[in-house]
Order: sequence, then structure tokens, then C-alpha cells
Amino acid sequence: MKDLKSQASRNTTPGKGGLTPEIQSRIGHQLRAMYDDVVRQGVPERFAELIKKLDAPGGTPQDQTNGGTNDNNGRD
Amino acid sequence: MPLTESLRDDILAAVPSLRAFAISLSGNADRADDLVQETLLRALANIDSFQPGSNLPAWLFTILRNLFRSDYRKRRREVEDAEGNYAKTLKTQPSQNAHLEFEEFRAALDKLPQDQREALILVGASGFSYEDAASICGCAVGTIKSRVNRARSKLAALLYVDGAEDFGPDETVRAVIGGSGG
Repeated sequence: MKDLKSQASRNTTPGKGGLTPEIQSRIGHQLRAMYDDVVRQGVPERFAELIKKLDAPGGTPQDQTNGGTNDNNGRD
Repeated sequence: MPLTESLRDDILAAVPSLRAFAISLSGNADRADDLVQETLLRALANIDSFQPGSNLPAWLFTILRNLFRSDYRKRRREVEDAEGNYAKTLKTQPSQNAHLEFEEFRAALDKLPQDQREALILVGASGFSYEDAASICGCAVGTIKSRVNRARSKLAALLYVDGAEDFGPDETVRAVIGGSGG
């Protein structure tokens, strides 16, 4: 019982810099979870196409800027 | 250097984390993809200025960060839209509880000053070293370290220190809570 209580107070009492190790690791975990959700989506077709087209003869970034509206894929 | 096939592959490989960075910065999925597109176009147009053997992701992140910054000065980001749009980008919809927790976290992250948010994301999520993050943000390593620390403290104060009245907010927490105006 005593252990539980002292642990709880340690976890909610900011130490150096206002952060317990537990809170610090929770922040890190949530930050990475949020970020990795997007990373796991991989490369959207839109960007794969863009980079592929730029490799083709005559493809220049300027051309792509004007032609970019074709790649909308129904996004609103 | 010229755009070799391997360089092109490396740029492509950096796209997922560029998107994650852009969404974390802007809080808006559509706007983030526009930022990524502009970053890629600019990178490819300036590929000659990329030093072979240097850190390609850091180079691309620098471009995206600067684009976001200059864009930000022109129009304030559409905060009211941020959370809903972000949630739409998730492939797997989180469970109700996780979703709430996620939105709280997202909202707290949005409350951080931009300098602190980008430093925290670069170091805590993108996995850049303090040195790389400093070069991406164009500031000293010590500045990045202090921004990351302040960002963590502020997130902690916003999210987890709800038992604050038990011991009373200390000076740091008070300063952090009171300093949200910037």
C-alpha cells in the first residue's frame, strides 16, 4: 500500500524540469504514435508519380507545378 | 549533384517522414501534402546544391520547414480545422478512448509555440540528433535542447499534471501555463 502511494505521488509530482521519467516517456510515446501513424501510410501515389515524371525526358519542376492539378485523385 | 536514380529513391524514401513532419507542423493533412509537394519540387529544382554524402533527410526537412515558416507568416494556420482533418488521415481509426487521448495530445501540441513544437517533433518523433535539428532550424544546439525541454514541460503541464492542486503549481508550471500567449 505504502509503495503504491509513494509511486503515485512520484508519478504526478514534477521533479527536475517539471517532468517525471514516466511523464517524459508518455509524451515520447504519444508523439511517436502520432507521427508513425502518418509514416506508415507510405508514399502516396501523388508523390511517387511526381518524382517519376520528373525523371522523364523534358520533365522539369516548372512543368510539374502547372500540371499538378491533374493529380488530385478526387481530393476535396 | 545530378539527380541520379539512387538519389531519387532516397528522396522517395524520405516522403513518409516529410509528410508526418508537415502534418505535425501544420495540423492539416491537405495543407501538409501541399507543403510536401512544394518541398519536393523545390528540392528537385535545387538538387545541384545538395552536397553528396550529406544528410538528405535533414536537407529536405530544412526546405519543408522554411516553406512552412514563410507560408505561416502570410496566413495563420487554420486551427479550427486541425483536429478533424488530422484524424481523417489515419488509416486505422483509433478506439474511442485512444481517440480522445490522441485529440487531447494533438490539441496540447497545437498550444506550443512554433519553435518548441518543431524542435520537439524533430528530436522526439523524427529521430534527428540535436545537432541535425539545430541545423534544420538554423539555431544553436543549446537552443534546440532548451526548446525541447520547454516543450516537454509544457505538454506535461497541459496533459498530465491534473493533480496540480495537490501540491500547488510551482513557478515553472505557472510560467509555462501563463506563457501560452506567444
